[in-house]
Amino acid sequence: MKLAEIVEILQCEVLVGKDELSTEVDTVVASDGMSEILAFACPNSLMVTGLTNIQSARTANLADARAIVYIRGKRPDQMTLAYARENNIPVFATELGGFDVCGILHDKGLKGGM
Amino acid sequence: MMAEVLLKKSFEIKGGDFDKAGETSDEIKQMLKSLEMPPGLIRRTVVITFEAEMNIVMYAYEGIVTFVLTEDEIKLEISDSGPGIEDINKALTEGFSTATDKMRMMGFGFGMGLPNIRKNSDIFNIESEVGVGTRVSSVIWLNKHA
Repeated sequence: MKLAEIVEILQCEVLVGKDELSTEVDTVVASDGMSEILAFACPNSLMVTGLTNIQSARTANLADARAIVYIRGKRPDQMTLAYARENNIPVFATELGGFDVCGILHDKGLKGGM
Repeated sequence: MMAEVLLKKSFEIKGGDFDKAGETSDEIKQMLKSLEMPPGLIRRTVVITFEAEMNIVMYAYEGIVTFVLTEDEIKLEISDSGPGIEDINKALTEGFSTATDKMRMMGFGFGMGLPNIRKNSDIFNIESEVGVGTRVSSVIWLNKHA
């Protein structure tokens, strides 16, 4: 699924990477625990999290996630956004909660990485 | 015969420095990318170093991550001075953690750190002395079928 479609169905605000929306993902890793994300790191994945600190973006980068969706209306700080920008990781924010985000993405055919 | 060392670099990690935790792993990732290592191998290496960095930042006073590349393997030596681990078997059990709420708010401390390091290593060894520190050794083979 293209990131553009994810932005649309999750009603996301695009915080970083508006030119990268043609990137494809096929797997979702969702957790507020970064080691959980790292444990199931895989290429072409989308990271869904409520953790907004610098370590969330670093985890996405080191786990080779293609993009991050921050849930529950949370916004990462400037340092985190700058890191994402430097490492070409698109960042989205949605008002939806984790359960709804994962349910919607699952319904659309994305599989879980865990 | 020992394989020739192609690259060796040590990184100092300070305990308690949450914002900088992970910078070493970023540097190692860049280094391995510039050497055109396979993405899966890079991922395994940096998951190990990132978890190691977080463990030092969360629990130890200071530590050193040493990265060694030979023709056959990547070797990571992680040693810290700190409180040490009382029960290593427990610490290696997924879900077991002695983390504080503050550590969990940083997104770590859910009892997956050492298990993630072990899972991504082809050879894994850990030694710890309470009140002194912990030493983890991890080897990733460059060619598993070699």
